[in-house]
Formats: sequence, C-alpha cells, structure tokens
Amino acid sequence: MGSVGAKDVPVLMSPEGRRIDGRKVDELRSLRITAGALRQADGSAFVEWGANKVMAAVYGPREVHPRHLQENNKAIVQCRYNMAAFSVDERKRPGLDRRSQEISKVIAEAFESVIFVEEYPRTSIDVYIEVLQANAGTRCAGLVAASVALADAGIPMVDLLPAVAVGKVAGHVVLDLKKEEDNYGEADLPMALVPQSGRLVLLQMEGHMNREELAKALDLGVLGCRKIYEEMKRALRERYGPTGASGPMEVAA
Amino acid sequence: MGDGHRPRHRGRGDGGRNGPPASSERILVLPGEEVPGRGLRPGPGTYRVNGRIYASVLGLLTHKPPVVRVIPLSGRYIPKAHDTVVGTVTDVQGTFWLLDIGAPRWAPLHMTGTPWKIDFGETAQYLRVGDSVVVGVEAIENTGRIGVTMIGDGLGKLEGGTSVTISPAKIPRVIGRGGSMIQTITRHTGARIVVGQNGRIWIDGAPDQLVRVRAVLSLIEEEGHRSGLTERVEALLRSGDAPSGAGTGRSDDADPDLGPNPPFDREPHGPGEPGPGDGDDDDEPGANAPGA
Repeated sequence: MGSVGAKDVPVLMSPEGRRIDGRKVDELRSLRITAGALRQADGSAFVEWGANKVMAAVYGPREVHPRHLQENNKAIVQCRYNMAAFSVDERKRPGLDRRSQEISKVIAEAFESVIFVEEYPRTSIDVYIEVLQANAGTRCAGLVAASVALADAGIPMVDLLPAVAVGKVAGHVVLDLKKEEDNYGEADLPMALVPQSGRLVLLQMEGHMNREELAKALDLGVLGCRKIYEEMKRALRERYGPTGASGPMEVAA
Repeated sequence: MGDGHRPRHRGRGDGGRNGPPASSERILVLPGEEVPGRGLRPGPGTYRVNGRIYASVLGLLTHKPPVVRVIPLSGRYIPKAHDTVVGTVTDVQGTFWLLDIGAPRWAPLHMTGTPWKIDFGETAQYLRVGDSVVVGVEAIENTGRIGVTMIGDGLGKLEGGTSVTISPAKIPRVIGRGGSMIQTITRHTGARIVVGQNGRIWIDGAPDQLVRVRAVLSLIEEEGHRSGLTERVEALLRSGDAPSGAGTGRSDDADPDLGPNPPFDREPHGPGEPGPGDGDDDDEPGANAPGA
C-alpha cells in the first residue's frame, strides 16, 4: 500500500514506476468472470475485477413495456445500471441518480451498436447491471459483465465488448484505474472496444490530457481490452465447452 | 454510434431442433470469432464483413458446404410452424388472449381458434391470466406475429399440474427417438406429461411422481449431450427414490426448489458435445468434441 504524502493524498506512483497497489502502468487488476451465474435470467454473468463485484442479467428479447416504446423494425435495448447501497464506503442512497442514468444510457448505446437488433422487431432486450462492491471502473466492469450475459442469452452480436478505464495518475498514463487513482488522479477515460473491427463504442473522459497523452491512453486501452476479451471468452467456453454444464448453473459458494 | 456500422445478419436459424448437423465438424464458437475457410457462404448465426465470415451467436459451428452456420446453444425459443407448445395466458382481451410461450414475442390466440363457442367479451370465462394451455403454432407471419390455435388433437387447457422449463435444445432428448424416452418416463412414473417444443413441460401426478419426473428432466438437461443417456435415465427411474442430486429444471412455480438442493460439485463431464441431439445414444463421445 502506498504511504500518505503531503495533504493526505496517497502516493500514487513510486520512483520505480510502481502504482499504489504495486502494479506497473500497463497492468490490469485481477479479473475473473463467471458466465451463467443466475438460473432465472435468459443470460447472466458475474465479474470480479480488482475489488469490484458486478452482476449482470439479461432478459430478452421480450415484449416491450410500456408498449409505446417499441420499434416496428427492431429491438430496443434498455439498460439499468445500479449501485447497491452497500457497494461503497459511504452508503449510497438507493435508486437511480443522474450518474446511474448516464451510465445506463451510454452502456445501452454501446450495445445498440453491436447487437443485431433488426432480428427481433417490437421487442426489448433488457440489461440489468448491479454493482455489489465498487472500486473504480464499475461502468467498464458492468459493460463486460453485460456483454458476457448477452452472449450467454444467445443474443446475436458483432462481437463481445471488452471495456476498461485508462487514466492519468501522477503525470503517467496508466491502465485500469482503481479507486484511489480515480479519486486523486488527473484523468479517467473509460472505453469499450469491438475487437472484430477495432472500433470504440464507448469513450468518455473526465479530467485533463493533452493530445499525446490521449493517443497513448487509447493505445493502452485497446491493449487492455484485448486481454480482457480473452477472459470473457474463457468464461463462456468454461460454461459451454465440453466440460461445462450447459444448463443453468448455481454460483458456487 | 448509429446503425450504419452493423453488417447484414443471417438470422438465428431454428435453434438446432432438427437434430445434429450433417457434418461431423462441431466447434464451439463465440460472437465475433472468425470462421476460417474460403468460398464459404454465410448462413444463420453468422455475418460477413469484407469477404470474411464471423459467428454472431454463441453456438456450434457447422458446415453444409458451401454454407457455414452456427447453431445457437442458448437463447429463447424461436417458434416454428407445426410446433406444439405449452404456454401461459398473460393477457385477456375481448376477442383474444395473449400467450407467453417463451418466445421473444407473445402469441395471440383468437377466440375462433378454440373449440369453444365464445361471444365477444366472454373470453375471460374460458381462460384467465395464469392458465396453462397447449397450442399448436400455425404460422409465423411477415410481421413477426405468431399464429397459434387450440383446435386439434391433444391441444387445450391444462388443468392443475405444474410446469418445468428446460432449454428448447434439449427437448428432442426428452422425447427420444420415436417418442421412446418420454414413453419410458411416463411408464415408470405414472405422471401425465405434456412436452412443448418451446422447452416447457407440463406435468401432473402425485407429489412423489412429480419429484421423479423432475429428477429425470434435470438429468436430461444437464447430461443430455453425453452418451448413454437412456441407460442413466432408466437407472434413475428404476431406483425409485428421489436421488440426492435432484435439482429441477427451471420450475415455473414460485418455489423453484421442491426437491433437495443440487450439489455444487458436478462430476467432471467426459468428452462429448453439448448441444442439440435427437435421442441418439450411439454418439461417439470424444470424437467430435468441440475444440477449445
């Protein structure tokens, strides 16, 4: 753990280039994905990423409620990202706030770009993301969980969507921010990649970066996404491959 | 990020209910994975970009040259004409009901599609929200509307009983070749069973009979892709007791766990393919295992 420097700001970067948790600038936190964790949903996934614990459930395609939201020629994608009251240190008041609504919207739009929605007119594909424990990068963890859940639900897509938050900490561009880096760093850049085409379907930034740093951040993020992609595929193969139980599965204690 | 980025899609296909694919090539693929090969044409479950073909659904890659397709291993039931399905009434209107048959859309059942003579507004006297019915799928219209009828042999309202949901891909295994599996189950348990192509199975009988049927359905859902299924089912039925591993398929009752809890540790599965089968017990295990 880093020691506390002046003004109670933790030391985010050591002279040797190690971060507060000992990672190098291009290292991801530990990541473990379990596909099919919920038996009731059409598709589901549980993601443990660093200290983040995020559950995603997909229902659909199914009838749209309320009816007036349906589209004649395609499915709509509805996403609800929510943080449990106990997911953060200071109890988060239950219910959707502006931040949750924003995250729900950008995630829904990211999926609309890759799901073949024309397959299912007049239906809705409902994505639920619950953050059970938060430690920065929850919208990326939620996106990753939802992407695996969508594949688990048999929804046709261009590709899975790996996502990661790149950032700037103590002047360095780093991959996969954790809580202290997000709170005390200079920039936070969540992004989501379509590996098949190399396109980004989500890109946001809070903070400051110059052009050079941004270019470096994008490259670093794409590399990180490709690694995350491998774990997403591994989780799905574990469930559906020859040794998996391709029926509904209980989450092991 | 508009619609312009998405390539044209080839549909999801029929969910593999026509049994195993012709070719012995059965590799598990994930969305976005490229299908190697030249001169191939993209079939259901795939899409093409810049001359290269990619999978769009999680499923088994199959070749019927020159077409390559992916049979989905999961996903909702996709209705097909002439299917018999078990559904639940979700809405009642003046001249029709809406049925949830586990498909992406509800299926409207018109009052003229029943054996009863019903006047306008009397529909609620015949079927209420929550009632279970067996209906036949007539046709899927261009608009996506699923036409169903309750007129026909074996179709009608289902009184009492309970229903269990399993993956539609496993239904051929529940029925068995020529109905052999389902006959074995009903003969040994004495329960009344109605099997829907949509993965919904309605069962009625004494509580101990229901427990045994659920145990068998659970076995088929979890191990239906392995060989020797018929022997294992018969062994289970002959043993007569509710086995300790009696997890259920997804029960549609409020309490999904009427039997003992399933164990967390599953026996490691031997090589074999997950996915659709047709009750064929002489599949060679291992020979056609999906690649990693």
